[in-house]
Amino acid sequence: MFINSLLTNFAALEVGQHLYWQIGNIRLHGQVFLTSWILLGALLVFISLGTKKMENDPKGLQNLLEFLWDYIRDLARTQIGEKVYRDWMPFIGTLFLFVFVSNWGGALIPWRLIKLPSGELGAPTADINTTIALALLVSLSYFYAGLSNKGWRYFEYYVHPTPIMLPFKILEDFTKPLSLSFRLFGNILADELVVGVLVFLVPLILPIPVMFLGLFTSAIQALIFATLAAYYIGEAVEEHH
Amino acid sequence: MLAFNFFGATEGGLFDINATLPLMAIQVVALTYILNSLFFKPVGNVVEKREKFVSNNIIEAKNKLSEVKKLEADLLTQLQSARTEAQRIVSEAENESDKLYKEALELANNEANASKEKARLEIESQTSAARDQLSKQADDLSKLIVNRLILEK
Repeated sequence: MFINSLLTNFAALEVGQHLYWQIGNIRLHGQVFLTSWILLGALLVFISLGTKKMENDPKGLQNLLEFLWDYIRDLARTQIGEKVYRDWMPFIGTLFLFVFVSNWGGALIPWRLIKLPSGELGAPTADINTTIALALLVSLSYFYAGLSNKGWRYFEYYVHPTPIMLPFKILEDFTKPLSLSFRLFGNILADELVVGVLVFLVPLILPIPVMFLGLFTSAIQALIFATLAAYYIGEAVEEHH
Repeated sequence: MLAFNFFGATEGGLFDINATLPLMAIQVVALTYILNSLFFKPVGNVVEKREKFVSNNIIEAKNKLSEVKKLEADLLTQLQSARTEAQRIVSEAENESDKLYKEALELANNEANASKEKARLEIESQTSAARDQLSKQADDLSKLIVNRLILEK
């Protein structure tokens, strides 16, 4: 019976429960949109404050934003290549910022203090819809990048070293979004669950190192997601000789 | 139950995929455009302008440095030629003064020799004159002595 009560208490973490919004025929996970709007609003405010008065000698927030910009440019340039990285830098940067802000916002802000009628607020990236949306956008992007840069020659990529690769390359088009979405979803959800369970079991001190680990994982996941997206786009626009 | 909440579930569950997905995709695309106009473009403009400014300055500085080096080398060769010229002039002057000194010395020596020779000749003539006179006096004296001796006898 102890296990049973433990399980119901786990359920008190409200895993897999959502705040449903019904708009006509469609149903939405309200908590995902609520947190994402709050976090993206904060991000946009932060960015508008930093870019309000751009100067040639950067100060304060502008410095930080320039560092961020430089970081994203390096990421895009190393993965996509000198020729087309400019076109894709905003997309890669948005992915990075969105995932990073979502992960850290989910981990740092004590959402649990806000009570919802159903479900609970948390990282938007801990919802499978968000991660699949991001991963599908990445898939569309690399197809678009390949086709717009190389036309039909893009499909040479599928038979590139030898035609034997064809089935594997086709399979890759499915495994890429799958692994992208599930990696992010799994990591962030697992982090939230571990912290939740630990807080529930030992409310003092013990969860703190795990929380720090969670912050680390969150940052790494954002970097991994952006890097892989850039790498896939780079792979699609790469010229084979 | 936990398992129920995790997976099964017609209502809810972890893998409950619905219209959240396309809406979130639209939201991210919109965010891309917003961030592009709000963040990537303005910051990129500023950073790239500065990078261009810095690289232009570096190129300019390099040009100036090479010019300075060229001028330095130029000056160095000028300095060297001036030095050799100065050395040449100094050695020429030394030679000249040496020659003049030698000439003057020779002239003085010759003059000294000549006056010495003249003095010697004069001494010699005086000596011979004195000797002649002396021998004449001796002759006179001897004649006188002889006369006296002859007269006494």
